[in-house]
Amino acid sequence: MSTENETAEPASRPAVACRGLRHAFGGAVAVDGVDLAVAEGEIFGLLGPNGAGKTTAIRLITTLLPARPGMVEVFGLDVARQRMAVRRAIGYLPQQLSADSSLTGRENVELFARLFDVPRARRRERVHEVLSTVGLAGAAERRAQTYSGGMIRRLELAQALVSAPRLLILDEPTIGLDPVARDGVWDRIQEVRRATGMTVLVTTHYMDEADQHCDRIALMHRGRVQALGTPSELKSGLEPGATLEEVFRAYTGDQLDEPGDDFRDARRTRRTASRLG
Amino acid sequence: MHAAPAAPQAGSADLPLPPRPPWRLLPARVVAMCIVELQKMRHDRTELYTRAIQPALWLLIFGETFSRIRAIPTGRVPYLDYLAPGILAQSALFIAIFYGIQIIWERDAGVLAKLLVTPTPRAALITGKAFAAGVRALTQAVAIMVLSALLGVALTVNPLRWLGVVVIVMLGTAFFSCLSMTIAGLAISRDRLMGIGQAITMPLFFGSNALYPIAVMPGWLRVISHVNPLSYEVDALRALLIGTPGNLPLDVAVLVVAAAAGIAAASALLGRLVR
Ligand SMILES: Nc1ncnc2c1ncn2[C@@H]1O[C@H](COP(=O)(O)OP(=O)(O)OP(=O)(O)O)[C@@H](O)[C@H]1O
Ligand SMILES: [Mg+2]
Repeated sequence: MSTENETAEPASRPAVACRGLRHAFGGAVAVDGVDLAVAEGEIFGLLGPNGAGKTTAIRLITTLLPARPGMVEVFGLDVARQRMAVRRAIGYLPQQLSADSSLTGRENVELFARLFDVPRARRRERVHEVLSTVGLAGAAERRAQTYSGGMIRRLELAQALVSAPRLLILDEPTIGLDPVARDGVWDRIQEVRRATGMTVLVTTHYMDEADQHCDRIALMHRGRVQALGTPSELKSGLEPGATLEEVFRAYTGDQLDEPGDDFRDARRTRRTASRLG
Repeated sequence: MHAAPAAPQAGSADLPLPPRPPWRLLPARVVAMCIVELQKMRHDRTELYTRAIQPALWLLIFGETFSRIRAIPTGRVPYLDYLAPGILAQSALFIAIFYGIQIIWERDAGVLAKLLVTPTPRAALITGKAFAAGVRALTQAVAIMVLSALLGVALTVNPLRWLGVVVIVMLGTAFFSCLSMTIAGLAISRDRLMGIGQAITMPLFFGSNALYPIAVMPGWLRVISHVNPLSYEVDALRALLIGTPGNLPLDVAVLVVAAAAGIAAASALLGRLVR
């Protein structure tokens, strides 16, 4: 009941609102004044080359990195001041594969059901529900270390969905997956969104995915948003008949200027790759 | 545009849920972390067996030998009886002092980031982990107590005292696992934590009353022993298990304060691991 009252406010309030979002690691500015508003119910894509600052922006929005008051609001809640309430509204899938391989699929999801206070009477049913949604009901009693990359990603999706989040934040949900597994992940995301109206904030390096699934896209480069719009707006804005990949290149083409950064990013990418294998 | 329902719910009518008050939240998180620990132990039993080897050797070889040569003055108490609570505390110490490795592994694997985006205050997460380490230590304790009984140690049969043993092992393990997680927050890397852990376990162990009474120590070691929480843990376990005179209220007070301080320090440093 109380949740009904809270959400009875104007539907125009954005799911995520960033104003001058900024973060520096030591002297290196990773996110440099990002302004965005993600509307409730949309799938919003955050694109950009390696090191653009997408993950850093997401970590600020999810309360993992300290944001300053006024920088980010999630459903009108200030991320710096109302951490617990913000976390309750969010389901998060990090860039790394991060299911606990020593636990079974069901145990992995159950943990998050407990951490989000799904009541005991509903827990078993709810865990089964989300595992079925991601097509893992049959593998629920197997340990996650026996799962394929695609299954792990879907298991993590189940972990993020078990609390019925109003905002799902996915950092490269299809990283390292084959085309069929990628479709598998996206089909589940679309299915849940259609059923619930959940908002999705997603990053990806696959332009075809972004084109097909995102309602709107922000192109980030060097910590800033360089372009923003629907996929068709972005494409026709460049030139008639342009592809999203051409748009991407047009806004981020100067990325080979900083060899130091690229070395670091290549290392990080390789580390992620080895974890996938 | 999208006619989003008021509270989108991934196919579920009563979620998301209203927040829990803090006094319900902390126990709920502690239970969640302990259950995961039990599930992990159930899946990987070999660790339970391999970890039981070392305390068994201490009791069988060191204990039996020193009982025979009567080198350590323990009054009317047989040396093996005197040693058993010390070895119990030692095995809990070994489990706890390397517990921080788990949190570093979780950081590297991205698990920690996901845990920190749940409605779980950092102190509640650390408290949950501290108690989870305690649960692991207790399963080890069962093995050591069975072995001690088989070797003829005159253990108490009073269930209240056994309850006290559970509390003391939990508190001691909570402190040392928080010490380990604090070092993890400072050292950041797994290798450095391993090194520091190895460097401090033996001084903690030998600088306590686990193997010999404080009375036979040289003066400087006595000082160390008096500021070493392990001594208070051993003192309490000895009093409860074999009925030697001890100072239970003081022991419990020291362990509670140490555990609380450990939780505070580890929670404060947890953020460093995900930066
Ligand atoms: N923990 C960290 N410490 C120091 N610098 C960091 C840290 N994390 C990220 N950076 C730097 O911040 C910048 C942005 O990184 P970020 O991970 O946000 O990029 P990204 O857009 O997510 O890239 P990718 O597509 O490779 O995931 C990069 O230059 C990166 O090297
Ligand atoms: Mg990233």
